[in-house]
Amino acid sequence: MTETILALNNVALTLAGNAGPVEILRAITLNVARGETLGLVGPSGSGKSSLLMLMGGLERATLGSVTALGVDLTAMNEDGLARFRRGNMGVVFQSFHLIPTMTALENVALPMELAGASDAFARAEAELRAMGLAARMAHFPRQLSGGEQQRVALARAAAPRPAILLADEPTGNLDGVNGATIMDLLFGLRDRHGSTLVLVTHAAELAARCDRVVRLADGRIAGEGMV
Amino acid sequence: MSLALAARIARRELRGGLAGFRVFLACLALGVAAIAGVGMVRAAIEAGLRDQGAVLLGGDAEMGFTARFATDTERKAMAAMSGQLSEIVDFRSMALVGEDTRALTQVKGVDAAYPLTGAVLLDPAMPLAKALAVQDGLPGAVMDRVLVDRLGLTPGDTFTLGVQKFRLAAALLREPDSAAGGFSLGPRTIVLKTALAQSGLLEAGSMFESAYRVLLPKGSDLEALKTTTEAAFRDSGMRWSDSRKAAPGIERFVERMGSFLVLVGLSGLAVGGVGVAAAVRAYLEGKVATIATLKTIGAEGGMIFQVYLLQIAVLSGLGVVLGLILGAGAPMLAAPWIAASLPFPVEFGLYPRPLLEAAFYGLVTAFLFTLWPLARSQKVRAAALYRGAGAAGWPGPWQWAALVGLMIALVGGAMLFSGAVRLTLGTAGGVLGALVLLALAALGLRVLARWTARRGFVRGRSGLRLALAAIGGPREEAMSVILSLGLGLSVLAAVGQIDSNLRSAIARDLPARAPSYFFVDIQQDQIDGFLARLANDAAVSKVESAPMLRGIVTQINGRSAAEASGNHWVVQGDRGLTYSEMPPENAKITAGTWWPEDYSGPAQVSFAAEEAEEMGLKLGDKLTINILGRDIDAAITSFREVDFSTAGMGFVMALNPAALAGAPHSFIATVYTTEAAEAPILRDLASAYPNITAIRVRDAIDRVTEALSAIATATAWAAAASLLTGFVVLIGAAAAGVRARMHEAAVLKVLGATRARILASFALRSALLGAAAGLVAIAAGGLAGWAVMRFVMEAEFTFEPLSALAIVGGGIIATLLAGLAFAWPTLAVQPARVLRADE
Repeated sequence: MTETILALNNVALTLAGNAGPVEILRAITLNVARGETLGLVGPSGSGKSSLLMLMGGLERATLGSVTALGVDLTAMNEDGLARFRRGNMGVVFQSFHLIPTMTALENVALPMELAGASDAFARAEAELRAMGLAARMAHFPRQLSGGEQQRVALARAAAPRPAILLADEPTGNLDGVNGATIMDLLFGLRDRHGSTLVLVTHAAELAARCDRVVRLADGRIAGEGMV
Repeated sequence: MSLALAARIARRELRGGLAGFRVFLACLALGVAAIAGVGMVRAAIEAGLRDQGAVLLGGDAEMGFTARFATDTERKAMAAMSGQLSEIVDFRSMALVGEDTRALTQVKGVDAAYPLTGAVLLDPAMPLAKALAVQDGLPGAVMDRVLVDRLGLTPGDTFTLGVQKFRLAAALLREPDSAAGGFSLGPRTIVLKTALAQSGLLEAGSMFESAYRVLLPKGSDLEALKTTTEAAFRDSGMRWSDSRKAAPGIERFVERMGSFLVLVGLSGLAVGGVGVAAAVRAYLEGKVATIATLKTIGAEGGMIFQVYLLQIAVLSGLGVVLGLILGAGAPMLAAPWIAASLPFPVEFGLYPRPLLEAAFYGLVTAFLFTLWPLARSQKVRAAALYRGAGAAGWPGPWQWAALVGLMIALVGGAMLFSGAVRLTLGTAGGVLGALVLLALAALGLRVLARWTARRGFVRGRSGLRLALAAIGGPREEAMSVILSLGLGLSVLAAVGQIDSNLRSAIARDLPARAPSYFFVDIQQDQIDGFLARLANDAAVSKVESAPMLRGIVTQINGRSAAEASGNHWVVQGDRGLTYSEMPPENAKITAGTWWPEDYSGPAQVSFAAEEAEEMGLKLGDKLTINILGRDIDAAITSFREVDFSTAGMGFVMALNPAALAGAPHSFIATVYTTEAAEAPILRDLASAYPNITAIRVRDAIDRVTEALSAIATATAWAAAASLLTGFVVLIGAAAAGVRARMHEAAVLKVLGATRARILASFALRSALLGAAAGLVAIAAGGLAGWAVMRFVMEAEFTFEPLSALAIVGGGIIATLLAGLAFAWPTLAVQPARVLRADE
């Protein structure tokens, strides 16, 4: 029997807006198995990114429960969620979100430093080398190209060897060549470390590389299927 | 571990540079510099007074008496202390030139030993002994340059003191012991004491002070000498001073003025605090993505708080150090000018205490104003990365506790450093009240702007509508501008209201009620003739006269008077007292009864009611009053109201005549007349009675007003520092709004607005904010002015509209300048570039 690593049970997300509450997600029930690669697809505004953030504990569900690695994320406070993410989850964003005042090496080492790892910098260095950024370790984000920045972000997410990797349109801000490189690296990470990968994407070719794809529309699961 | 990691992250974050912290650093540095500068000048004056104590005093120690010279026993005791003794006599008199030109002067009669320390500087330069020597049968004299000019004299000319003619030998440029004497109404004249013997000015009952200065062997124990001397002459009315506290009056004044100015400076620091808070808020708003990223990769709220707290700590340290350098350096640069403008020695140097004090205020203020935005920063959610939400929420319980603790530390520190508890609490309450008032005004203005923007009459007036929409919008500009500029203007408004009220109370109201002249030293055989001359003058509306003696209250019911009265001002030195058979005209006895006519029993005293209450005196209490070296024990048998506010005649103590029978004394008189009649009356009386001294009340008022002007100027400078800080905050707010203005200008251009129309809208917005800040400042400053006049000065308050108008005008001009300086470049931008960059 396949172990469930992420479980969302009847999850809803409603946000307060200027014109009243806005329902972002409605009655989402979804399980992700350990080692699985799940693609979240759907039109803009369908709730893909919000669903991904709920899985990472970056957003709090209004209703229902989100369980990761057997831990109920909805019962945890912000600090508890941050501590949980340290060793268990890596998140990659479309806009990279590197810390501009830190070098590539420092950016990658940071989550391990936060987790108290004494070899944070050695591991960060190894990860950056694996990403082909050996020559760019002392560079600041503004000195890197978009593709390089996303590789640093990928290294930062992967270096702590998280069980779950969450990626929100990681190629959305990149050209075709760089996008392909990033996806190769991302799927390579999954293969090397056996991480579970949940991926939000608009690109059909990327979705095609996932084990399973969930289609969202208007905040609901509109369909899913094995690729 | 977590703090070390926080420090590492903070260090990396600070690599971003200080660009976003210019306003933060400027606000903090200016506030700290103002406080440090005031403290350094105060320390320099105190050091000067301390180090030059012996020169200021005219010796290592001084024993003084009122209206008498030392007895042989006292002289022997003084001589035993040291081989070097100098005797001086000091009194007010009139210097007369020719028949008609006269001026009040403070005469000092000296001996050959004067000055024991320091040097007298004369123009033309010559030794004092030579200047004062008898030449062509006339004793020499030197006079303050001001008096020489006033009397139109040149060296070699003659003038008269009493009935003694003197020859002016030189102008007095520097009198080493001038500061120890305190406030005087007339410029100085120095003559030999022996030359005054025939002047008629030192008769029995005349008002003069004598002083005996000694130079002591090195290492003398001043405290021990003071104790033994005071014990030996405890009941003689002798006053001891020594070089440790040579000019207590100046020292007290400098201490109080310094404390007051530091408190004004603290208000400036509060203005800076608004800028500091705004700068930190803006910085942290720019860091939302970083904070959210940190949270995404596992940083807890506590870690975020530590990271940014450490950054603020480093920046606060930098701001404080910059302020200290500025605050310590500016007085050093201005040292020659400051030293030249003060009549006492000033020793500039690097004094640690005022710097530590300023650093304490700076750091506590920085944390007090940044703790809130810092507390909010840890509440930034990871979701902010894609949802765009910023920092929000309230501080946690321990952060509230820290805020309260910092506030207590700031106010407590100010109370401790200034020693003025009530003034500090009043200032703190005033600043807090003004901040609350200004914050409410800013909120009110935003609501009003939003409401007005929707009214029909605004339609078609796009410039006004845009301005109102911007003020009422979600940006923090209105709050920042009104708080910072409003607080600075409030301090200035309060200073303006207090200054103008004090001036009008002294210069306008007082002369209307006060007498024209005070005449002192009228001898007993002169009083009848003196009064007869005035009785025949139709221009004289009122004359009051009374016998005048000086006495010191040494004991109350057998206890030391200082102890028993809480060292009330009445017992701090000798006081004028009188005797009278009948209660003074219009006197209101509030308790007890006046003695019967021809009463000759044990001495009785009638005491001023208000002062008695402050001293805790009650009917029946026994006062020991030392008059001319003799102790008189008198029982308090009545209290009466005495009004000192009219500058008329008022004695704290009046005794029954028999109690003072035989005591040598003179009379004083007050004369109420028209300004036109003043000169002839003075001419007549001074000619008839050359020993009498006339003090023109208008001149005295001018002197007091001069002193007040200096205080008001110093205060205005301190307030200007607040305003400058406010202006820096204003510039910061305007600079922070540049991007938004650029975007607005681009959109408006797309919609067809001309640059003139856009600029007019920006100008209107600035002017409205400035006017609002000015109006609130008038209310807050007026309230503070009223409170100070009513409760501190116990005087009437009249709202002064001119300075108020200037405040509103200043507010509008300041915001216009800051706003337009930053709005102007935004007009030149190409809309396409701005709008594309925003996409």
